[in-house]
Amino acid sequence: MSHAAAFPLAQAPTGAVAARATDLSKVYGQGETRVTALDSVSVEFRRGEFTAIMGPSGSGKSTLMHCLAGLDSVSSGSARIGDVELASLGDRQLTRLRRDRIGFVFQAFNLLPTLTALENITLPMDIAGRKPDKQWLDMVVDTVGLSGRLAHRPSQLSGGQQQRVAVARALAARPEIIFADEPTGNLDSRSGAELLGFLHESVRALRQTIVMVTHDPVAASYADRVIFLADGRIVDEMREPTADAVLDRMKRFDAKGRTS
Amino acid sequence: MFRTALRNLLAHKTRLMMTALAVLLGTAFVSGTLVFSDSVGSAYRNKMAKSLDDVAVSVTAGRSALKEKDALDSRVVESVRALPGVASVRPSVSGTVMVADKQNNPAGSEWGSSGANFVPGANGKDSRYPIVKGRGPTAEGEIVLDAKTAAKTGAEVGDTVRLAVDGPVMTKKLVGIAETDDPKVSAGGSLALFDTATAQKLLGTPGQFSELIVTATPGTDQQKLTAKVRETLPKDAFRTQSGKELAAEESKAIDKETSSIRNTFLAFAGIALFVGVFIIANTFTMLIAQRSREIALLRAVGASRRQVVRSVLIEAGLLGLVASAAGFVLGLGVATGLRAVLNSAGASLPDGPLVIEPMSVLTALGVGVVVTVLAAWLPSRKAAKIAPVEALAAAEQPPAPRGLLLRNALGAVLTAAGVAIMLYITTLKDSGGLEIAMAGSALTMAGVIVLAPLLSRPFVHLFAKATGRLTGISGKLAKENALRNPRRTAATASALMIGLSLITGLTVVAVSADQGVAKMGQQDLTADYKVTSANFGGLSPDIAKTLAKEPGVTAAVPLRSVGFQSSNQPALAYAADIPSLGEVADLRFVSGSPADVRKGTVAVSDQYAKDHGLKVGSPLPMDFYDGEKATPKVAAVYAKNDVVSAVLATPSLLDPHLEKVRDDEVLVKAAPGKAGELRAKIKETLGGNPLIKVQSQEDLRRSEAGSIDDILYLMYGLLGMAVVIAVVGVVNTLAMSVFERTREIGMLRAIGLARTGVKQMVRLESVMIAMFGAVLGVGVGIFLAWSGGHLVRSSFPQYEMVVPWARIAVFLLIALAVGVLAAVWPARRAARLNMLESIGAQ
Repeated sequence: MSHAAAFPLAQAPTGAVAARATDLSKVYGQGETRVTALDSVSVEFRRGEFTAIMGPSGSGKSTLMHCLAGLDSVSSGSARIGDVELASLGDRQLTRLRRDRIGFVFQAFNLLPTLTALENITLPMDIAGRKPDKQWLDMVVDTVGLSGRLAHRPSQLSGGQQQRVAVARALAARPEIIFADEPTGNLDSRSGAELLGFLHESVRALRQTIVMVTHDPVAASYADRVIFLADGRIVDEMREPTADAVLDRMKRFDAKGRTS
Repeated sequence: MFRTALRNLLAHKTRLMMTALAVLLGTAFVSGTLVFSDSVGSAYRNKMAKSLDDVAVSVTAGRSALKEKDALDSRVVESVRALPGVASVRPSVSGTVMVADKQNNPAGSEWGSSGANFVPGANGKDSRYPIVKGRGPTAEGEIVLDAKTAAKTGAEVGDTVRLAVDGPVMTKKLVGIAETDDPKVSAGGSLALFDTATAQKLLGTPGQFSELIVTATPGTDQQKLTAKVRETLPKDAFRTQSGKELAAEESKAIDKETSSIRNTFLAFAGIALFVGVFIIANTFTMLIAQRSREIALLRAVGASRRQVVRSVLIEAGLLGLVASAAGFVLGLGVATGLRAVLNSAGASLPDGPLVIEPMSVLTALGVGVVVTVLAAWLPSRKAAKIAPVEALAAAEQPPAPRGLLLRNALGAVLTAAGVAIMLYITTLKDSGGLEIAMAGSALTMAGVIVLAPLLSRPFVHLFAKATGRLTGISGKLAKENALRNPRRTAATASALMIGLSLITGLTVVAVSADQGVAKMGQQDLTADYKVTSANFGGLSPDIAKTLAKEPGVTAAVPLRSVGFQSSNQPALAYAADIPSLGEVADLRFVSGSPADVRKGTVAVSDQYAKDHGLKVGSPLPMDFYDGEKATPKVAAVYAKNDVVSAVLATPSLLDPHLEKVRDDEVLVKAAPGKAGELRAKIKETLGGNPLIKVQSQEDLRRSEAGSIDDILYLMYGLLGMAVVIAVVGVVNTLAMSVFERTREIGMLRAIGLARTGVKQMVRLESVMIAMFGAVLGVGVGIFLAWSGGHLVRSSFPQYEMVVPWARIAVFLLIALAVGVLAAVWPARRAARLNMLESIGAQ
């Protein structure tokens, strides 16, 4: 098993840990229906880094993200955002933590159909009752290329544009970390590539930290680092990934899956 | 298709629960009403049959009973008793007797205080009035009371009871307590029994009876016996009826009574069901929208449009059947409850088993099924329009709602027509036109219901703007949700609007009428107390004299009235001492001098003077009903007031035309600060006579307005059902909305909206819908009350529209509470949704 600390990070001079899992386990059900989704996983995500989590279906990649993002509870071990231990927080504090320190991009249904693009983008700040930083907001909107479409409702936007609104929403509140769950899953390849470009750019230019769950090797190739999960464990890690290298790694899972 | 319908019904049990509840409540109301009226009718009939059981013939005194030869006396009794086939003749005497309770008020109600003679048989007992304690009355100084009345007087056997018939108070010794099943007594009346001679002396004419009840020997034909009795007695002097005729007559009266109660209740049940229609239609619209892919699939595999429609209608029919069956069971409870409620409100409904006619069952089930199917008809048409290709489309979002243009145009036309009719009503000079007003009201309400989606937008915006600062993001989200489907929001609010507009309209009219009534009697009265006789028989002139001497009394002014005609117009003339009348009434003279009103002159009101072309000095020809005429001169004119209406004269002018010189009322003004204690003293001074009624201004207002209030509260109760169903509708809409927006709620929670924020969002949407319905209802209600009120005004000039803002504020507060309450369950569900499952939900 490799450890993040063993690899010096070129793009994160501060090196501070944005999120960390230590011996994290997640078990569903009891008795015969007991399923271990995560089996004492330890991993760190550094500031200003774009990490992709990959693995076959049922490998626990989404569960890992949900536990780290405070969307799901942990069975044992520890999940931290910055230096806050999530297991010690109640529902109210977790909600506040998600609101103030985490951004989300989901596969679909990211937006409220009743709100305009701009209203959707500022929603987390509206919930917190904060005024958005105008300059920052303009920059984010520019970065994702939505300037002309802010007054549109989601139904008037294409799928790619909708996901860009979701990314802008995640960026606008300047969270410590953004979790993206299959953000390109519902997009055609061109829109997907565009969106991944924006995510990459936000890490480069805006120094965001992004953790993305995906099963698409091309998507993973936009990340600085790829973590591979299988059967609830971290089985490998790759720096500066290319699509081909990731695909090769994934094929090994498939082969294993077929033979076992 | 039947199986599909059944499966769908079972699959959506919980989502259909609220709809079923709406149908259930409506049918419970219908079946409750039907069972109640059947049960009460049958109980009345049983009771009557029992009391008329052994009555073969009844003979009552005719109108000319004062003439000697037509008297219903013992000669008549003997001649009837001598007829073959007559088993017994019970000669009875009855009348009004007021028994004093501990406070010297009548122990029984004004209309139910009766007295009768005790008719002992050979064994000394009277089968009609079984004595449970003591013995029957045998002498003039003795009385027997029913148990309830005895308890109210606090008298035990052997004690003295105070009572009055039409004059001074008298005392009698209580010698026994009797049982009675007289419905008047069980309804709050009282019964006093005397021996026959005393009863005749007190209640009628010595030696005469008011009714003979004849029983027949077994095997005697009632009809023939009645004919024989009729032949025996002088023609036209008495009214002779067979027991059967009496029974038929009463049965008819009972039917009339129960059917009028039934029809009133059914009208309200109809309103409740109509409100239910909105909820049913809402539910099926939502279900079909959610199920559109499924329906498209059915169409794709070969189901015809007609089959899709049929499937939806069968589902509705099944739902209606199940819900109305449950509703019928609840209706039995309603029927029992109605009796209890009406009884506690003072109606004396006889006891009896619930009567369930097969017709009631069929009607309740039929109404439930038909209403549900009809309400689901429009949504089912929408289902038929779903194209098979939609099964393949990955329709994430429901199709954009159709434009409201046609609907708004129709709504505008309906509303305009309704408003125009109501405005026309305000120009009418007479009270005819009730039907037109009702049609106009219905049109106006229908128009507003059709327009409601259009109106919802500005209302919700305004509401959100007004509360935005307080409610933050939850308020904004709630606003957007409420606006998302204006048809649904409008239909839900309309259900509430119907109930509230009727409630508001009735309240405004009733409160206005109340004030009109209060004005009519009291606005010109400055006296503290009005003393009258409880049996409307008038007061002896001595009473005013006694009261005038009472310490603490500034003035005790007697008033008497005589009817007369002047140029064939009937009017009332009052006789009073004019200088002292000024102390108890607001009497202002506009011309002439009150001092000049003596024998031979009168004062008239300015209104009467104007109507009859009179002025000071003109003669007023008066034709009295005793055949005499007089032509006094007008000596003064006073401003119209409500204490003495048309003509004011001296007693010396009017007294000769009175049959008996009795005062209608004595108006008492207390010395400053003495008003409070005076009431008890007046009663005491007048010997504690239960006949004497002492009413303060407040009592008078309450007694005039009391019945209006009672009716209004009954209406509130009946319309309450429609409101309850509307609340069920709000819960239904919210629950469905939460279900539809599961993914959104999951996303909101993930990006940081707290559970309380989610709850707040659902709650605020609920409040917006409820307030929209309430504001529409109150607005329409006030408009209809204003325009329809003109009908009342034409026959009731004191009527002036008063909007009871405080009460309307209470309605709005209730609507607010309704909104909050309706949201409790859906909000909790929304807040408890599992975030991850919600985001992934299909």
